[in-house]
Amino acid sequence: MQLLLFNAFNGLIQGVFYALMALGLALILSLNSVINMAHGGFLVIGAYLAYSLAPYLGFWGALVVGPVGAAIIGLAVERVLIRPLYKRPDPLYTLLLTFGLALIIEDLTRTIWGAQGLPFQVPPALNSPISSVLFFITGYRLLVVGITIVAMLGLYLLLRYTRLGIRIRAGTLDLETVSALGVNIYLLRALNFALGCLLAGLAGVLAAGILGLTPPMGSSLIMPSFVAIIVGGVGSLVGSILGGLLIGVAAGITTTYYPAASEAVIYLIMLIVLVIRPRGLLGQEGLFE
Amino acid sequence: MMRRHAAEIVLWIALLTVPLWLGYVGGYAALGSKILIYGIAALALNLVLGFTGGLSFGHAAYFGLGAYGAGMTLKYLVPSTPLAILIGTVVGGLAATLLGPLVMRRRGIYFAMITIAIGQLFYFLAVRWNNVTGGEDGLAGFRRQPLHFGSFVYDAQSESKYYYLVLLCFAVAVVIMRVLLASPLGHTWVAIRENRRRAQFLGLRTDFYVWAAFAISGTLTALAGTLNAMLFNFTSPQDLHWILSGNFVIMIVLGGMRKFWGPLVGVTIFVVAQDYLSSLTDNWMTAIGLLFVLIVLLFPKGILGLIARRGREVAVAVAGPRAAIERSTATIEPPPAPLKQEMK
Repeated sequence: MQLLLFNAFNGLIQGVFYALMALGLALILSLNSVINMAHGGFLVIGAYLAYSLAPYLGFWGALVVGPVGAAIIGLAVERVLIRPLYKRPDPLYTLLLTFGLALIIEDLTRTIWGAQGLPFQVPPALNSPISSVLFFITGYRLLVVGITIVAMLGLYLLLRYTRLGIRIRAGTLDLETVSALGVNIYLLRALNFALGCLLAGLAGVLAAGILGLTPPMGSSLIMPSFVAIIVGGVGSLVGSILGGLLIGVAAGITTTYYPAASEAVIYLIMLIVLVIRPRGLLGQEGLFE
Repeated sequence: MMRRHAAEIVLWIALLTVPLWLGYVGGYAALGSKILIYGIAALALNLVLGFTGGLSFGHAAYFGLGAYGAGMTLKYLVPSTPLAILIGTVVGGLAATLLGPLVMRRRGIYFAMITIAIGQLFYFLAVRWNNVTGGEDGLAGFRRQPLHFGSFVYDAQSESKYYYLVLLCFAVAVVIMRVLLASPLGHTWVAIRENRRRAQFLGLRTDFYVWAAFAISGTLTALAGTLNAMLFNFTSPQDLHWILSGNFVIMIVLGGMRKFWGPLVGVTIFVVAQDYLSSLTDNWMTAIGLLFVLIVLLFPKGILGLIARRGREVAVAVAGPRAAIERSTATIEPPPAPLKQEMK
């Protein structure tokens, strides 16, 4: 029972990372119409920036600077490489471009920081378990869950109440009309892309404290995030979060009984959802069909 | 028209004589086989990508299933090259046929995302089911076998003789694809690519045709996979990985996805570049990534697309717009870009 709880909680933490990644991917997918294959790259950038700057800024400073750095680089990438492609309606080109970027980022990370894994130091106070029975719940893990909840709440408030958020939501429904109403949709898409990268960077820093840093950490987290979006439903941000947590916990629980199937179960859930409910758990009907 | 036939005859002669001249330009027979194998896969993927308009980003799954199917047949079942090809192709084709209904209704981004994600399922199966598949280290311990025709034995184990076996498979695949594309089925695919809704209103069951494209394309890709496994007498999860899927797509775009032979041009350049770059620098992944970015930004229509456009411009300059129109009816151009992609 304790083992089951342990694995389920591990899965939940993993699911939190999937959910953060999926949320950023879904934002970029719905407004920018870009499948951002480089999303894992932005996660890696956030994580390694935080790692490099932590000695100077301390853990908390790095926690802020990592995601912000990823967002700034995201902004630059969007401006220079992705913006020229908006006029091509075929999603093929942005998909290939971000795919190339993902390869470049992973390879450069390996060149700069080395191929071996690096540990990311979290404050020692956060590393002690909460209780001896629930030994796996450390302060840091609670912090990860807490920060994620705050980030998601913040995103909700942003999208619900601010002018930027309302424009983003309107843009996902009908970008042409938003443009006709005088909104600068280039700026809007740029900010939205940066917002997605910010979430990826945040996931990167938080994940670094648990999984450590390796150059392929981004590409190993991105595929489950796609699955999270498909399971949750394209076009639904809440669905992406739900999908991420669901597959994370499912993989965790599977680890208890049959570790070899822990990844396969993620894809199995996706196939089942696609067969029974093709639009995903919370997806809108008819979208992309 | 005449020029195109001439070009094709030159191509086939060049392919038939590869083992004679490839050594002089710095290649080797296995490189020639690899280009043809990837060529089958890319041409097959282009049935979905370029001719039906479905952005499949997970074709490495069928390539890898074919490879594992062939490898495991040779290793565990029977040491027979033709049977390995047959079983591997059927396994990969069956998977594509069964998974097709999950993607056939989707469009654009969603089609791509589901094909990416489905492809990864087989990757993890290969990695984790390691007592059968060899796990991360890959499947080894099998060899392609000589072919027996009565008393005549074709020694497929030699590199150049294997090349001709690959070339035979390539020719068969090309004929199949050519016949399909010239048939009403092929024209229906193009109609779906150009305007799916209109095709639907004409009473065509577009889902079914997309499924057919996906299944046929997956089957031929699996055929390529079987040949690849036997080329190296080895297969690994890398043959199932989404990076390979991405490579297939960029090869097609590089060559030109609206032309039948475009993918083969792209494959040749990409495989040679990869072979060369990986010996030149440790950062060859960055080089390949830069190649992706440059192709997307500079050559979106691919090399053959570029040549065709040049040809039209020359025709306009020489013989006026009328000749250009006659030329352009021979090729199918992508539709003009609407402002925003159709979503509902």
